[in-house]
Amino acid sequence: MISLVINGKRHMVDVSPDTPLLWVIRDHIGLTGTKFGCGMAQCGACTVLINGKAERSCQTPVRDAQGKKITTIEGVSETHPVKKAWISEEVPQCGYCQSGQIMQTVALLKSNPRPTEGDIDELMSGCICRCGTYQRIRRAIRTAAGVAAKGGKK
Amino acid sequence: MSRIINISRRDLLKTGAVLGGGLILGFSLPVPKSALAGPGKAKSFAPNAFIRIGDDDIVTIIVNKSEMGQGVYTSLPMLIAEELECDWTKIRVESAPVAPEYNHTEWGPVQGTGGSSSIRSTWNQFRKAGAAARLMLIEAAADSWKVDEGSCRADKGYVIHDRSGKRLSFGALAEKASILDPPKEVVLKKPADFKIIGKATKRLDTPEKVSGRAVFGIDAKVKGMLTAVVARPPVFGGKVKTFDPEKTRKIAGVKEVVQVPSGIAVVATGFWPALNGREALEVEWEEGENAGLSTERLRSRYANLSMTPGVVAKKEGDASGAIAKSVRQISAEYEVPYLAHATMEPLNCLVDLREDRCEIWTGTQFQTIDRNAAAAAAGLKQEQVKIHTTLLGGGFGRRANPRSDFVVEAVHVAKAVKQPVKVVWTREDDIRGGYYRPMWYDRISAGLDSHGMPVAWQHTIVGQSIIKGTIFEKGFIKNGVDGTSVEGASNMPYDVPNISVDLHSPDIGVPVLWWRSVGHSHTAFVVESFIDELAHAAAKDPYEFRMSLLHKHPRHKAVLELAAQKAGWGSPLPNGHGRGIAVHESFGSFVAQVAEVSVSNKGEVRVHKVVCVIDCGRTVNPDTVYAQMESGVVFGLSAALFGAITFKDGRVLQSNFHDYPMVRMKQMPKVEVYIIPSEETPQGVGEPGVPPIAPAVCNAIFAVTGKRIRSLPVGVGGLQA
Ligand code: FES
Ligand code: FES
Repeated sequence: MISLVINGKRHMVDVSPDTPLLWVIRDHIGLTGTKFGCGMAQCGACTVLINGKAERSCQTPVRDAQGKKITTIEGVSETHPVKKAWISEEVPQCGYCQSGQIMQTVALLKSNPRPTEGDIDELMSGCICRCGTYQRIRRAIRTAAGVAAKGGKK
Repeated sequence: MSRIINISRRDLLKTGAVLGGGLILGFSLPVPKSALAGPGKAKSFAPNAFIRIGDDDIVTIIVNKSEMGQGVYTSLPMLIAEELECDWTKIRVESAPVAPEYNHTEWGPVQGTGGSSSIRSTWNQFRKAGAAARLMLIEAAADSWKVDEGSCRADKGYVIHDRSGKRLSFGALAEKASILDPPKEVVLKKPADFKIIGKATKRLDTPEKVSGRAVFGIDAKVKGMLTAVVARPPVFGGKVKTFDPEKTRKIAGVKEVVQVPSGIAVVATGFWPALNGREALEVEWEEGENAGLSTERLRSRYANLSMTPGVVAKKEGDASGAIAKSVRQISAEYEVPYLAHATMEPLNCLVDLREDRCEIWTGTQFQTIDRNAAAAAAGLKQEQVKIHTTLLGGGFGRRANPRSDFVVEAVHVAKAVKQPVKVVWTREDDIRGGYYRPMWYDRISAGLDSHGMPVAWQHTIVGQSIIKGTIFEKGFIKNGVDGTSVEGASNMPYDVPNISVDLHSPDIGVPVLWWRSVGHSHTAFVVESFIDELAHAAAKDPYEFRMSLLHKHPRHKAVLELAAQKAGWGSPLPNGHGRGIAVHESFGSFVAQVAEVSVSNKGEVRVHKVVCVIDCGRTVNPDTVYAQMESGVVFGLSAALFGAITFKDGRVLQSNFHDYPMVRMKQMPKVEVYIIPSEETPQGVGEPGVPPIAPAVCNAIFAVTGKRIRSLPVGVGGLQA
């Protein structure tokens, strides 16, 4: 049995310890907001926060996540500046990559609340959007950064 | 708050989930008039297959187009809402089941989404559906108040009688309206009176997609469901010779290892054990006749073919005679590779197959075709198969397969395991799974007069037909020419008196399919690059040169002109930067793009900015048009810079995003989009943004380096200036 804390809730799962966290989250816990895109740390669709850091859950054996604080897209409040910016800038198209994009941005703004364009390009380049929403992602990050800088989370 | 309702089987089992206070019956539609009300006390009014109004005022729009990112779950409800005069915040969207009412208005008896046709093909249908419902609600209200219908109007979800000040909500009128006959005729609003159409409208599916609650096919679940991955042959057309499931069966979580027509399915309690099971599987394959397939050999075969005349697709005047007699001849060969769609959501399909029925959850663009194929595979009647269309994590044509590959396979797996099962493809399965945009080889020549103007144009195209052998043959293949192979070439817009376009469609064992913008994805590259070559040969400005040859095409000229103006065509640029321009008509729309590109000393190409102008006729949701243009530019740019599926020893050499790369944030240019205001019928926007970007970028590379790119992809840093 492996004990995991996901979005503040403890779960006990009976899986082999080398199972990627992604599949534990999706198939065992039943949270499907975290997506599978490549399975080899190429696309970022599976990004979650582990102790506040953005990690590719497809490349994280579940044993490494034990005892750590895991946050998935469902664990980010609907009033979080990043989610609000994603809505106000109308970012998603098909939407499939967006959980990963949002989680990556949440982590980015936490460590770097006023990112430059170069920072954004660098840090977001691990997350592929096949629909090509990058321009709106850039805009949403700036919006979220502005909100976060002004008033923090509401 | 508007939300998308993905009806899951669990909702069905609850016989109608209570949502927003109203009873919504999952896939009970199409609703015959006698069955308008759901069970119990809740009443609803379903004037036609597209609208259901509950007594809670909720207006459910049943959308028969698949939402794959292009915004149809918002733009199509906008068409209905414009005429219905409902309260936009009360709108809910539901995906349509498979039924004749939902057939495509232009495609014959099939329901589907593609060809950038969703708005165009529902433009009248959906507005009429909305208008009919409004008239019935007004009739119901007028009857209750004993007033003349003409003295009532509808606004924001109410029917209002101005003289008396009486008003009743749509919900309050639903029951009464439901016993009325639909009007025989409706008069649609004049465009000048539009309140919704043409106004930037927030997408209804955004909140779900941001919260993580959106349900894609890969997220669908039913009770007792297993997950399968399938080991497929390494070579197209290959077959299983023998297999040994021993090691696979020992893996915890693996339930079954079964042979299906497409390979060996490893069925397990979840994706991970299924994948591990597949890795442990020992299969010996009969590789078949494609075992020797190689891109190199294909190229030389295509090059040879291109030197012989093909089937005539277009002939005006005497091109070869005029070329021979011309002052100067120019010719070139262009080539583009196979391309995978690589939708962000890998293919998947969930099947719950029982004795007498089959339910399928998948993101499909081809409901009827998939339903019929599933029925045949399951040995059921078509009516016994239900398709639940989930959200699609990208489509780009891959989920519109006349051969229904991923659906039929999943039905076979479900048949073998006798339990609900979801087949999930890995990214490698997807990249190697075929149904590619065909590889193309083009040979093109022109004859110029003494002013450098073209007097003749001869274009030979070589590449597989995506239509041959499908149910679309009759519609698309005329006199031996697959129209999708030559679109954009046989109707190229430039004024050239002698023109000939011909086609070779060799049979190659690689499964091919439409890929966002279909034939235009290669013809625009060839035509718009070659016209650029001719401009430079004539020592003319590429923009002016095009304009001087477009007398019969004012809409091409208008988009070109605005693109040139917005991009500052001809104005100075930093050293090492250059601009390229291209224009192309596809799916009824006209798009011009100007790309600003730099090339480093190391040959690294960077696209800094793209100005994109579209004339798509009347715009329904401008924000969607902007988004689709941005999207098309990125999609086309990934292909132009990096995309190639190649073969050696029958095997696909690429497998995942490391060797089949996509444009990432770092490579993302600034994209500026302008829409030409128009009163014409709305046309396509999902695909037309794709074709011009490759030639615009390659023409810009020529402007910087003098090097003409005639073979895609450009390559990662592979360009030596
Ligand atoms: S699925 Fe983990 S990075 Fe792509
Ligand atoms: S929105 Fe479709 S992949 Fe990003």
